[in-house]
Amino acid sequence: MTNEYNESFERKLKETTKFGLEVVKEAAEDRLMTLSVGPQHPGSGHFRFTIKVDGDYIVYCDPDPGYVHRGEEKMCEYRNYIQNIPHLERPVIHDSTNITYSYSLAVEELLGIEVPRRGQFIRAIASELNRQVYTLYWLAIYGIFLGHSTMFMWPAGDRELFIDLLAALTGARVTHAFNIPGGVRNDIPDGFKEKCLNYINYFDKRLKEYEDIFYNNPLFRQRTENVGILPKEDAINLGVTGSVLRASGVPHDVRKVEPYDVYNEVDFKVQYMKTCDSFARAYVPFLDMRESCHITRQLLDKMPESGEVRVKLQSNPKGRIGEAYKRVESGRGALSYYIVSDGSSKPYRVKISVGSFRNILALPHLLVGSRLGDMPSIYWALNYWPVEADR
Amino acid sequence: MTDTNNNDNINESTSNLTIVQPDLHIERSLYSELSSKFKDKVQIVYTKPNRIKIYVKPEHIIEVAFFLKSQLGLDHAESVCGTDYPNENVIEVIYHLNSYSREEIAPIIFALSTKTDRNSSYLPSLLPVFKSVEYHERETYEMLGVYFQGHPRNERFLLPEDWADIPPLKKEFRIKGR
Repeated sequence: MTNEYNESFERKLKETTKFGLEVVKEAAEDRLMTLSVGPQHPGSGHFRFTIKVDGDYIVYCDPDPGYVHRGEEKMCEYRNYIQNIPHLERPVIHDSTNITYSYSLAVEELLGIEVPRRGQFIRAIASELNRQVYTLYWLAIYGIFLGHSTMFMWPAGDRELFIDLLAALTGARVTHAFNIPGGVRNDIPDGFKEKCLNYINYFDKRLKEYEDIFYNNPLFRQRTENVGILPKEDAINLGVTGSVLRASGVPHDVRKVEPYDVYNEVDFKVQYMKTCDSFARAYVPFLDMRESCHITRQLLDKMPESGEVRVKLQSNPKGRIGEAYKRVESGRGALSYYIVSDGSSKPYRVKISVGSFRNILALPHLLVGSRLGDMPSIYWALNYWPVEADR
Repeated sequence: MTDTNNNDNINESTSNLTIVQPDLHIERSLYSELSSKFKDKVQIVYTKPNRIKIYVKPEHIIEVAFFLKSQLGLDHAESVCGTDYPNENVIEVIYHLNSYSREEIAPIIFALSTKTDRNSSYLPSLLPVFKSVEYHERETYEMLGVYFQGHPRNERFLLPEDWADIPPLKKEFRIKGR
């Protein structure tokens, strides 16, 4: 059979060359098709990655971030320690309290000041609430990514409650500029504690419904379970952080590992899973939201009734010569600032190390070898915020 | 840098807390392990609670980094940061290392620093040791112009495709109007 086929092929080849035509054999790379995903893809955000597919399988992936690079680190060198706050929260406006949190901690170390106790509690409460806002927004997009419109509507609606709370606390809906070196900008308003407890209790019940409609949905489970396996060793080697790391079985949370401010007085568990797949990466943030409700209740309970919320600084404070490295746990993992001071009122060098930038290293690792249809569930489960990664 | 009145307020509000003196024995033991192996190849810059910084010459950085990973369990880099010092004519590159696998040293950020000449900036890449530095080193290359020998892709990452200026985090690059 094979011989017959080969003979007929040779014969045809001769006939073709007789007419002066050239026969080109199919090369290995001719099978591949290059696709550019983003930045105009509705789900990718301001981010592009190039993939090559062989049939339905992805064989190559090259992330290309930088569409919203603003040079935040350079901008910091031209403004003083206080002026830096409003533009530093731009990279991730949905988590703006956390991105200025570690900046404030680092600047406080350089200025040699300590935040009053009540101020520390208010900071922690604001950052917990803001983490909920971010995670809900992320979950809403994950829902619409996988074609589950209800999971877009519900978190987007419940997010408004937390935004209202934060608006009452800070005076702004998303970009709060609330954490400043020395404490928080203002004290909590009257009746905030009761209002906050009400919302948290409502939201805790609501989370059960999320689990029923989304996480226990067989369609969602089929699309995420055993998809994009990131084993523990790989997760450690790639240096991923946050929910991606905890979904691979490493119980690492900065709030627990290196407690800042009042987190050593709060009793909570680090939520992690050992299945290492997209489902775990989608479920760990959900467990974190539940734990965050628990933390907020304790913080509200333990907060001192009265006291200062900030240390009044000089108008143009000068840092002492040296450097500081501080990190906090944000919605996307460890978020750290490295600040070098030369003794002037402006930082000499600011380096922002963000969770998104670290997690994106796992994208080529996970996509290569998986199916094209699994791309959305793998990509968005990495908890990647393009604007934050670009800075 | 605060007023004396405010310092009094802080002391009052924190007086009910027990003040724990920083106990640096883990940091010191990490450094003593390192110095017993490498002698004067490594210089300590500072030790403070949960933070160590050491300085290593570029020719020794790979063996020191390999020792830190294999013996001390510092398994990933949180960030790679380059700082430009035009007065000393050097660019300092710092790897902030941390551990996920050893719980007792997980709070510690180990800063491994090295320096290179400002005019011809070449450093050996730590990519063979730490997979996690891949994009960080690429960012340092485009922002400060430090070429990492052994890194497969010393090319643009965050900057625009048609970027034709000097690396922007060098101090002679000025923002317009400032």
